[in-house]
Amino acid sequence: MDSGNRNFATRGVRQARIISHAKRGIPLWSQPDVPHRREDFGNGVKRVNKRILKCCSLLLLVAICAMPVRAQQSAAPSAAPASSNAAPQDNSKAVNDKLADLEKRVSAAQSAGDNAWMLVSAALVLMMTGPGLALFYGGLVRRKNTLAIMMQSFAMMGLITVLWALVGYSLAFGGNGHFIGDFSHAFLRGVGVDPNPDYAATIPHMTFMIYQLMFAVITPALITGATAERMKFSGTVLFMTLWFFFVYAPLAHMVWGKGGLLNAAFGGKFPTLDFAGGTVVHISSGVSALVCALYLGKRTGFPKHPMPPHSLVLSFIGACLLWVGWFGFNAGSALAASGLASSAFVATHFGAAAAAVGWSVAEWLKNGKASALGAISGAVAGLVAITPAAGFVGPMPALAIGLVAGIFCYLMVTRVKALFGYDDALDAFGVHGAGGTIGALLTGVFAQQVINPIFGAGKPVGGLDGHWGQVGNQLIGIAISWGFALVGTILILKITDLVTGFRVTEEQEHEGLDVTQHGEEAYYMEM
Amino acid sequence: MMKLEAIIQPSRFESVKDALREAGIEGMTVTEVRGHGRQKGHTEVYRGREYTVDLLPKIKLEMVLPDKLVNLVVDTILKTAKTGKIGDGKIFLTKVDEAIRIRNEERGESAL
Repeated sequence: MDSGNRNFATRGVRQARIISHAKRGIPLWSQPDVPHRREDFGNGVKRVNKRILKCCSLLLLVAICAMPVRAQQSAAPSAAPASSNAAPQDNSKAVNDKLADLEKRVSAAQSAGDNAWMLVSAALVLMMTGPGLALFYGGLVRRKNTLAIMMQSFAMMGLITVLWALVGYSLAFGGNGHFIGDFSHAFLRGVGVDPNPDYAATIPHMTFMIYQLMFAVITPALITGATAERMKFSGTVLFMTLWFFFVYAPLAHMVWGKGGLLNAAFGGKFPTLDFAGGTVVHISSGVSALVCALYLGKRTGFPKHPMPPHSLVLSFIGACLLWVGWFGFNAGSALAASGLASSAFVATHFGAAAAAVGWSVAEWLKNGKASALGAISGAVAGLVAITPAAGFVGPMPALAIGLVAGIFCYLMVTRVKALFGYDDALDAFGVHGAGGTIGALLTGVFAQQVINPIFGAGKPVGGLDGHWGQVGNQLIGIAISWGFALVGTILILKITDLVTGFRVTEEQEHEGLDVTQHGEEAYYMEM
Repeated sequence: MMKLEAIIQPSRFESVKDALREAGIEGMTVTEVRGHGRQKGHTEVYRGREYTVDLLPKIKLEMVLPDKLVNLVVDTILKTAKTGKIGDGKIFLTKVDEAIRIRNEERGESAL
């Protein structure tokens, strides 16, 4: 096994690669005396020649002895020219060429399958931002702010993509620093159709790049849930640009990048299991969302005036799109159309379903009714919590994680928020921060080597395997993500506030952000 | 001529409309409105936040009637809109001085 695959696993990058090699390798390489690498070619030819010569002499002996009884069969004539040297060489060359060709075709076939799944996954993850998150958040705000919140999500699809292409990808995945990448892939230099074996050996580097981009798009968009209905558009654009460079890119590198501090697969210092982004995406955005909500202050009139969602129908559709898109997010994080992807797919679905049930039951017991908003919020909380765990846990632990996350996030959103009185308008922290944290912690408890032997075959992974130290590792990873997001966001907020300002005026807030920030209305009345 | 304004429960609207049609009444203007009288609202809960909704959805029916039809219409509405619970709504009657049909400028009851 690869030496790089030592301690902890992030996103199953290494794992997918190892599995794919093993699959390809066993049938071809396990045959003795068949050369399997280009470097070995010369040796292999010699070995094969020797063997063919041996066979030929044996056959010749048998032929001479048994001449009258049973003369050569069809195989014999081909073996007959043993006396000459050129023929077996041609023969073995043909065999080797054929094997090399076969190996090429097998790997091309696998690459085709993996690439197809990864391109679909990338598209699914983009669908989570627009329309998924845009609709989910769009329905939760008052009607005068509908377009503004949707635009904040959509703007990330444009803005972050451009930044990613220029230097973002390189800062997240270039080089092998502890904290951040480098500029080696700036302007996507060296990112072509050939795979990058460091991250995903069976798919084009471009596929890997575009897939990772979709995560970078949705993460800042999640924060807008906390700042909804009162944040300036100019402030949003500046904040998100800075946040992407100074929080997202370094954290993505630390957890998923080569040499990253928290990266298990590449020998990072603090091994944190994070299959699809519990720390990078959900803790980082959720914690930053809380900081933003505190810094920005409450919406005018909160909590005295009612601010109910203006269209739960929109939110409902958005949540369902998020659920479907999450299969690309989590199962795609296997970076291959592998068994691990199936396992992550199942865990994702089970986590979401159990959390929807958990939240609904908690709400039913408390209020006497199970609401639609509760059920969809629960599902999203479950999806968040299962994200770090998806590629490490079996179906039953996935149900458990979902159930716990559903109830935990329900309490965070209803009790804890009310207790502290912060105005996390659409519960970006209550769902993503809280769900991401509980999910990252429970990953350490439920991760199993039968699902993903990330620490090497047969070695225990999480608490269920008896490796309870992993829970401690998870706590370190959580603490670093929290701290990093906290400090980074506070600094960025200060800068943004100085340059563009952050909050709209009270008058603009009353009038609504659609008209004051964008000059349009979501629901235009022809009167 | 009298103008009749009736605020009724949305759930009774279809019955009222059918009954009026059966009684031979032609023409009405209907709007969806919100309001409350002595009826209390209900509470809605969104992610743990409780909102008291005291303005409840109602239907407002407006029609201008020749004097001879007023009693018939009032009786029909009373009969069909009543559920017997608080919140059934009210009927208001006011005198109308003039009615003009825009198409042909007819005036008075014949314009109705």
